[in-house]
Amino acid sequence: MAASSAVGDDSLYPIAVLIDELRNEDVQLRLNSIKKLSTIALALGVERTRTELLPFLTDTIYDEDEVLLALAEQLGSFTALVGGPAFVNCLLPPLESLATVEETVVRDKAVESLRVISKEHSSPDLERHFVPLVKRLASGDWFTSRTSACGLFSVCYQRVPNSVKAELRLNFKNLCMDDTPMVRRAAAAKLGEFAKVLELEHLKSEIIPMFTMLASDEQDSVRLLAVEACVSIAELLKREEVEKLVMPTLRQAVEDKSWRVRYMVADKFIELQKAIGPEITKKDLVPAFQNLMKDCEAEVRASTASKVRDFCENLPTDGRQQIIMTHILPSVKELVSDANEHVKSALASVIMGLSPMLGKENTVEHLLPLFLTQLKDECPEVRLNIISNLDCVNEVIGIRQLSQSLLPAIVELAEDAKWRVRLAIIEYMPLLAGQLGVEFFNEKLNSICMAWLVDHVFAVREAATNNLKKLTQKFGKIWAQNTIIPKVLAMSSNPNYLHRMTTLFCVNVNKEIESMLTNGIIDVRCSQCCSPIVMVPKPEGTQRLCVDYRKVNAVTRTDSYPIPRLEDCIEKVGQSALISNFQTWKEH
Amino acid sequence: MSSPTASTPVEKVDGFSRKSVRKTKQKRAQSSSQYKIQGKAVDLNPLPLLKDVSSTEKAALFQRKLQQCCVVFDFMDSLGDLKMKEYKRSTLNELVDFVAVGRGILTEPNYPEVVKMVSFNIFRTLPPSESSEFDPEEDEPSLEASWPHLQLVYEFFIRFLESQEFQPSIAKKYVDQKFILQLLELFNSEDPRERDYLKTVLHRIYGKFLGLRAFIRKQINNIFLQFVYETEHFNGVAELLEILGSIINGFALPLKAEHKQFLVKVLIPLHTVRTLSLFHAQLAYCIVQFLEKDPALTESVIRGLLKFWPKTCSQKEVMFLGELEEILDVIEPTQFVKIQDPLFKQISRCVSSPHFQVAERALYYWNNEYIMSLIEENSAVILPIMFPSLYRISKEHWNPAIVALVYNVLKAFMEMNSPLFDELTATYKSDRQKEKKKEKEREELWKKLRALEIKKGVRKGMQS
Repeated sequence: MAASSAVGDDSLYPIAVLIDELRNEDVQLRLNSIKKLSTIALALGVERTRTELLPFLTDTIYDEDEVLLALAEQLGSFTALVGGPAFVNCLLPPLESLATVEETVVRDKAVESLRVISKEHSSPDLERHFVPLVKRLASGDWFTSRTSACGLFSVCYQRVPNSVKAELRLNFKNLCMDDTPMVRRAAAAKLGEFAKVLELEHLKSEIIPMFTMLASDEQDSVRLLAVEACVSIAELLKREEVEKLVMPTLRQAVEDKSWRVRYMVADKFIELQKAIGPEITKKDLVPAFQNLMKDCEAEVRASTASKVRDFCENLPTDGRQQIIMTHILPSVKELVSDANEHVKSALASVIMGLSPMLGKENTVEHLLPLFLTQLKDECPEVRLNIISNLDCVNEVIGIRQLSQSLLPAIVELAEDAKWRVRLAIIEYMPLLAGQLGVEFFNEKLNSICMAWLVDHVFAVREAATNNLKKLTQKFGKIWAQNTIIPKVLAMSSNPNYLHRMTTLFCVNVNKEIESMLTNGIIDVRCSQCCSPIVMVPKPEGTQRLCVDYRKVNAVTRTDSYPIPRLEDCIEKVGQSALISNFQTWKEH
Repeated sequence: MSSPTASTPVEKVDGFSRKSVRKTKQKRAQSSSQYKIQGKAVDLNPLPLLKDVSSTEKAALFQRKLQQCCVVFDFMDSLGDLKMKEYKRSTLNELVDFVAVGRGILTEPNYPEVVKMVSFNIFRTLPPSESSEFDPEEDEPSLEASWPHLQLVYEFFIRFLESQEFQPSIAKKYVDQKFILQLLELFNSEDPRERDYLKTVLHRIYGKFLGLRAFIRKQINNIFLQFVYETEHFNGVAELLEILGSIINGFALPLKAEHKQFLVKVLIPLHTVRTLSLFHAQLAYCIVQFLEKDPALTESVIRGLLKFWPKTCSQKEVMFLGELEEILDVIEPTQFVKIQDPLFKQISRCVSSPHFQVAERALYYWNNEYIMSLIEENSAVILPIMFPSLYRISKEHWNPAIVALVYNVLKAFMEMNSPLFDELTATYKSDRQKEKKKEKEREELWKKLRALEIKKGVRKGMQS
């Protein structure tokens, strides 16, 4: 590389010109230049990059955050451009300034890049250049630099001598006790990762007190981050030490007066359970779980409810059934009739998973009544969640037990006022059909599937046609011939053009029908104007395809289709360079 | 806990009939969060009225009533403890009246009891927001269910703080930093009635407890910084800014470094928040207060605003322009000269905005006599900056009203400095061509650089 930088290329592009680009008034151009910073560095060669470009970047860090973000990202992969690991420390000054910027995304990116290049430092360089940087940041005046410092301890700790390690630990401790809640939050968030690189003795003597302190911080936003650290710390300790050092804090968190902290415990419950081990789980976490299921905030209950299956699955297998029956199930029963629909639907999405653990008898006796209640729940989400998980129960007790209650639930969902609910239940039709069998389906569900074909929402009709395809795959050609085709064909002569279009959709989607019906007679076209098409039965019983232009105005009705949400549109065009718009008129 | 929403009756949908599936408007949501108070039946022994006992017994009775009022009821259960709730309400009412007119009741032993009663009632973890993405501009706030009691407690506390007998030197033992922290957290309440009371409470505390002032300012700082850089969610920003407005008003001159830092590092970044419209008036007031105190801050304020100028949100841009006009109204000519260059580059961009409200708002500056006089004084600098976009808009803008306004502005410039105006008109075309040429040169430069990159890449590949 050194040789190539001596080649005369550089003189062609004096640094002034490049720097001019970085100073351009137009933000977009500055941003573009920064994004091509590696090209500039390449043009300059490693030496001039080190001596001219980097000092310039370090001095002029006052720009739009977007430019700074791009810069912070670029510098993380600059090692080769400054001459390899031996010179990597010259990237530290600009990154250090970026790590003190106010804007969080810029700072985070700078820290990310610093973490990357820390690995490229040799151990002596790390001690000479990187550690002093960490210390400077950790003792900065403004909270931003101290916040950034928190994320840098774990990457350098293990590679420095013991004396330096002690200093680093002290610095981290100070950050945990910082005056500003933002810094304490950052420290609490990185506590777990720092704990992992520490020696066990220091973990016990220094990290645990910090952890206990953060877990009883006056701000709940700090306390809840300590819960996360709890998982990492518990994983590092022996069982009996967990009991002594971690459990008092965890017990306190379960009973915290702020629902945010309790919510965090519920959210991390499975990780906590795994980290803490079966013995303490049985003794402490089972009652804690019960409490969280009865929490006064719906948010906490919903989060807990969604963990019921995983929690039970991770209980030690011997005695599991008994624990579930005596401790968990009573609370689950209460949750089934919870006042909040989010709680119920969270529970409905996992409750079926309990049946393999409890076996056939218990499922029939205890769980089945709960399923049935949930199938009749007033909230469609709950019913849907139960129906979508039927396969778990099917393996244990067979679906017959449920089918009588299933039907009314399905019928009601099929006719729900919200089209998204109708759409969701269609998704499960093939699954249900498979488990309930062809007879039951023909008798009860077929008419529902047909009704969807003439739904007034396009998305539902579209899904309904796809559904027919899947059903045909499941039940075979003959079945399709006998049950679906007559009905689809009947629609083809309906006065409403949308019904006739649905027929065409079916024909298009359902290759089975298509091959039988058309054999190349129909050619499906996608043109902007759709002419109404009528299938007329010929005297000998076959179909004739007619295009009816006469009725086009007489029978035209408007179709309802969900209007795209403004946010989605903006999301979609956010990255585009060109934005145009046009108006649609009646879907044409 | 959220109240169960009224379930809509299932509508049967058939064929293509169009039916509104929109939910009927929900009733006003109420919420409240009191951890672990449910389940216990509360029983309070009715006490005699304060006016019915002799003055010697009054103090003791007052204390006992305060203790009774520490009991907190669950208002989400609207039927439970009705009798006791009513009793507490009437007791609180009595205490409110008593502390307002009573003489000789604020004895030292009563202070901790008062603060304790207030703390027990108002300090609580705020319940989670009804909708996960609560948008203060769109959604109805959910109201505090226990308001019948809470309001009286606030009322009582304010009367207590405002009482003639109130002595901050005693109260400061009980109204401490921890108390302030908890009080500030409550500003996140969704209930505007509660925030309004809190505003008065905090204002009184700031006025009476000199020792807590720096602490209060620092904590408000933290709340704002967290709001800007971490959560983007805090309901009480407008109320806190309103208090700050009068605090800033009272700052002594020269301003301390701490206050300047607050302006530049906290107030200016507050402009970046998505929900700026909810507190913009209060924020602009604070900024102008600062500038009236110390005009030397103008440059950093305007540069800060320019740095955070909205890129895509036109409504915010209009707000920025409004605030800028407020600042320009009080700007000193010497300060104006310092920032006119970057400032008018931005204004020229706004004037040529395709969003007519933005363009219109910027063009209204030319109706402001003071700003006009400043522009006139500095027309030699400002005219060349503004001219290209004005000239272009006068030919291209889609909105006739804007074009008409631009003509007026051009006319004003012509009258102001006609030799320069003629020169700019004459050179307009050649200037545009120069720009195009520069643009081409830039492209060339990057092309060469890219070629070099490929070449070096190849060479590097050969070396390795």
